[in-house]
Amino acid sequence: MRRLREAADAVASAAVRWRGPVVFVAVALLLLVAAPAALSPFRLELLAKYLCFAIAALGIGLAWGKGGMLTLGQGVFFGLGGYAMAMHLKLAEAGPGQLPDFMVWSGVETLPAVWEPFRQPWFALLMVVVLPGVTAFLLGLLVFGRRVRGAYFAILTQALAAAFVIWLVGQQGLTGGTNGLTNFTSFFGLDLADENDQRVLYSVVAVVLGLLYLAFRQVVASRFGRLLVAVRDGEDRVRFLGYDPALVKTVAFTLSAISAGIAGALFVPVVGIISPALLGVVPSLEFVFAVAVGGRYTLAGAVLGAVLLNYGKTTFSEHYANGWLYLQGTLFIAVMAYAPKGVIGVAGQVRDFVAARRGRAAPAVVPPARVEEGAAA
Amino acid sequence: MRKISLGRRTARLAAVSLAVLLAGTGCASDKSTAKTGSAGADTSGDTVKVGVLHSLSGTMAISEVTVKNSVLLAIDEINAKGGVLGKKIQPVVEDGASDWPTFAEKAQKLISNDKVAVTFGGWTSASRKAMLPVFEKNKQLLFYPVQYEGLESSPYIFYTGATTNQQIVPGLDYLKAQGKKKIFLVGSDYVFPRTANKIIKKYAEANGMQIVGEEYTPLGHTEYSTVINKVADAKPDAVFNTLNGDSNVAFFKQLRGTGIKAADMPVLSVSIAEEEVRGIGADYLAGQPVAWNYYQTTEGPRNTEFVAAYKAKYGADKVTSDPMEAGYNSVYLWKAAVEKANSFKPDDVKKACDGVSIDAPEGKVTIDGATQHVYKTARIGVVQPDGLIKEVWASPGPIKPDPYLKEYPWAQGL
Amino acid sequence: MNAFLNQLPIGLSIGAVLLLVALGLTFTFGQMGVVNMAHGEFLMAGAYTAYMLQSWAGRQAVLVALPVAFFVAGLMGLVLERTLIRRFYGRPLDTLLLTWGVSLILQQVARDLFGAPNVQVKAPTWLVGGAEWSGIRMPYARMFILALAVVCVVAIWFYLARTKQGRRMQAVMQNRELAACSGIATSRVDQRTFFIGSGLAGVAGVGLTLIGPVGPALGTYYIVDAFLVVVAGGLGQLRGAVLAAFVLGLLNSYVEYWSDASLAKVVVFAVIIGFLQIRPQGLFVLRSRKLT
Repeated sequence: MRRLREAADAVASAAVRWRGPVVFVAVALLLLVAAPAALSPFRLELLAKYLCFAIAALGIGLAWGKGGMLTLGQGVFFGLGGYAMAMHLKLAEAGPGQLPDFMVWSGVETLPAVWEPFRQPWFALLMVVVLPGVTAFLLGLLVFGRRVRGAYFAILTQALAAAFVIWLVGQQGLTGGTNGLTNFTSFFGLDLADENDQRVLYSVVAVVLGLLYLAFRQVVASRFGRLLVAVRDGEDRVRFLGYDPALVKTVAFTLSAISAGIAGALFVPVVGIISPALLGVVPSLEFVFAVAVGGRYTLAGAVLGAVLLNYGKTTFSEHYANGWLYLQGTLFIAVMAYAPKGVIGVAGQVRDFVAARRGRAAPAVVPPARVEEGAAA
Repeated sequence: MRKISLGRRTARLAAVSLAVLLAGTGCASDKSTAKTGSAGADTSGDTVKVGVLHSLSGTMAISEVTVKNSVLLAIDEINAKGGVLGKKIQPVVEDGASDWPTFAEKAQKLISNDKVAVTFGGWTSASRKAMLPVFEKNKQLLFYPVQYEGLESSPYIFYTGATTNQQIVPGLDYLKAQGKKKIFLVGSDYVFPRTANKIIKKYAEANGMQIVGEEYTPLGHTEYSTVINKVADAKPDAVFNTLNGDSNVAFFKQLRGTGIKAADMPVLSVSIAEEEVRGIGADYLAGQPVAWNYYQTTEGPRNTEFVAAYKAKYGADKVTSDPMEAGYNSVYLWKAAVEKANSFKPDDVKKACDGVSIDAPEGKVTIDGATQHVYKTARIGVVQPDGLIKEVWASPGPIKPDPYLKEYPWAQGL
Repeated sequence: MNAFLNQLPIGLSIGAVLLLVALGLTFTFGQMGVVNMAHGEFLMAGAYTAYMLQSWAGRQAVLVALPVAFFVAGLMGLVLERTLIRRFYGRPLDTLLLTWGVSLILQQVARDLFGAPNVQVKAPTWLVGGAEWSGIRMPYARMFILALAVVCVVAIWFYLARTKQGRRMQAVMQNRELAACSGIATSRVDQRTFFIGSGLAGVAGVGLTLIGPVGPALGTYYIVDAFLVVVAGGLGQLRGAVLAAFVLGLLNSYVEYWSDASLAKVVVFAVIIGFLQIRPQGLFVLRSRKLT
């Protein structure tokens, strides 16, 4: 009898231990095998788009959820990655010595020098990571070094997004202005009009998301991840312990910018356009909004939020165009006021609520800034 | 404690997979229809679907909703008279949400899910550029109803608004005839004003006019005192205005503050129609010239009919404007081309389109098969104190569309 | 030299607009740490108040609307504070996102009530046109806004420095706990602050009808600039906001004169980001021994 119970316990604890990886594999299989088989090419392309947003959301989950830095300028990094990729695709398409189409009608006669190196695929791919990464790193060093934080940081990044968009629009010969860069036919040998190649592209996006998710999970679970959470919950205490919070925050901010850059780079072939309208104040806020809805304190929540919200937006706007703003606004208020841990935290909240009802000692609704998440991701 | 946290993590992952599953099954419903092939309209029943794709939300909704209304009006009228090739037209309305990627997404949805025979839509150049690859990839047709910057001729787009030689060039001819020599250019910072101003500068060079200033402001800009100061300092004979949307309101309100009168220094606008006049206030605009192809006051029985039908359907206080009329024409032009081709297939329609002509509110409009633009009459109007626009000059007849300005010697090298 | 003089009144008037839209924020953001993204929609509410009042006040609606808009926007702010923001004190980042949700809803409400297109607010005839002295131009509408800004600043200064309620507000701003200990009903003070801060946005909105579009998107044109003024000036600092608004206005007008509008905006943003490196707390800092 005792042996039986021991065995049962062992199985149960193994199940608990392995459930996380099992679910991850299940989701991976679902995305990589089931979705391409079940969905029409059009819907699959949409799903690929949602997954791109999910990649960007991972970074926000790290910077905001774990690090407490509300970054309202992710559009900038998304754009840097996206434009780096788009510039390469445009040049590859135009062929050697030729100008991209938009430059022709913008009256540009020779290729601007900054465009030239983007002919090389390796350079473009490098820039997808380096441009957002270095920008964020330098900005982070400056800003966090001066202890700009909280709402100041949020407003500063928002201003950055606004300025970036105005600059992009103003440089029509260089960036395509308001129109942005569009009309891509191929992506590293993939024909973007071909259904099979679209499926391959989708798989690339899904795999990148999976790998980045695992990588970010490692970061969160590491010593650095714990330090980041500590900085969020008590920056001064961390400083008194001899760490440099500015550096910790800068690194997290840089990682989040890199994920946004990669997301932007993949977004370009998937959706076929990158334009300033995607990068400004409102789209940057929407990135954050999605993460808040999904659950900012976990990476899975961030991913879930990005997919759910964008799916909801597509579906909802197909039926009630005008209602979307109401729904979005209401959802936002509801999430912030009643479910600060997002959709993914609702189950836990319900459990706590039930436990509290039963009179057991269970934590009531904890103020979110103090939530101890540990390494759970 | 540890168990609980693991349990939560599992719950989270489960939630993710559940959501993906839900999304998957939700999407799967349209799989059977969409998998059969990328494109091709479904015209087997006794109806034919057409897409109507405009911004119904966001900043562009102000303008685009009116075009959507007039397109639906034309569809109603055609259905009341028996439809096209014996089939009733069934519009599928989608929202572009003032966001260019959304336009591309919805265009693809209309083509692959709804199997529409044709799509009417777009307003901004950016939305057209975003949709263009979608229509070319799927070899499907788009009717685009707004005046634009030219230098484009996609084989799958029909341009029913004016190109540059039907609006900007006549506008310049008008200023020249008025003896205006010094021109100041003010525009929003995007592709239409920049291209238009390039053309204007070429024209000025060839016609002895002088450009005394050129200013661009970001879209949605509302602070014009510095620009106006520059205008006032340069003392031009006229201003050529390619500002867009809300910026016009700020510009004209602030211009009024300087006491400059329309009589001394007219501001010729190419993006202000009847609908926009109402938002700015006729107070600020009275006496200013505008360049279009159609006004609510354009004379002719067909226009009387159109204005009356529009007001009957959408309210007596509504006005009609050039892009609305072009949207309305689009549907009739498509119908005429389909009937001539006796087929809904895009390639048949394209082959048959040359010379197809309808009696439109603005007069006779004819499709030019080579460019897929239409012949249009250019009209200069002056804003009246009641908010309507009175025609003061018109081209002798419909002008042949020339999106690349090939037939204008001064425009070489653009 | 002429250009220099010419741009001076323009810079001042741009500064006045910035000051007017940011004034209310210095209170709600400065005192209460609430990042109210719906502030722009309170501007919009003020502008629509002027529009509504036209039906019986005619061309003088702008004048009549000033006090009315103060109450309309103030009440909206009060309702927002009582129903939602109250739950969020000490969580400024969450209020930012929360109020953004509110602003989306308010924009859509305006669209449904008044329609998506811009509406017309007729200016009083005596505000149409402008004065000119030897090439220096000053529209009457701009002078009116400048005067309005000055009146608002003086009124607020008077309120803060010379009334009992104002001094309580300052006490709460400087040290909430100590103020509460001394018997000040901080929650009452918060309500009052929010009412005044939002009301000022309403007044600003009425002023904006003279120079800009009146539509559902009105707030979005000013909100980022308004926050930057507050951040650059220092939280809760009246003199900081005044100085920052006019410096930014002048900077904008001169950069734009010698380059263009796009560049001017980018330069202003860059200058603010650079400035915050030197003084992260803004121009003026509230001295306190609090750690954070």
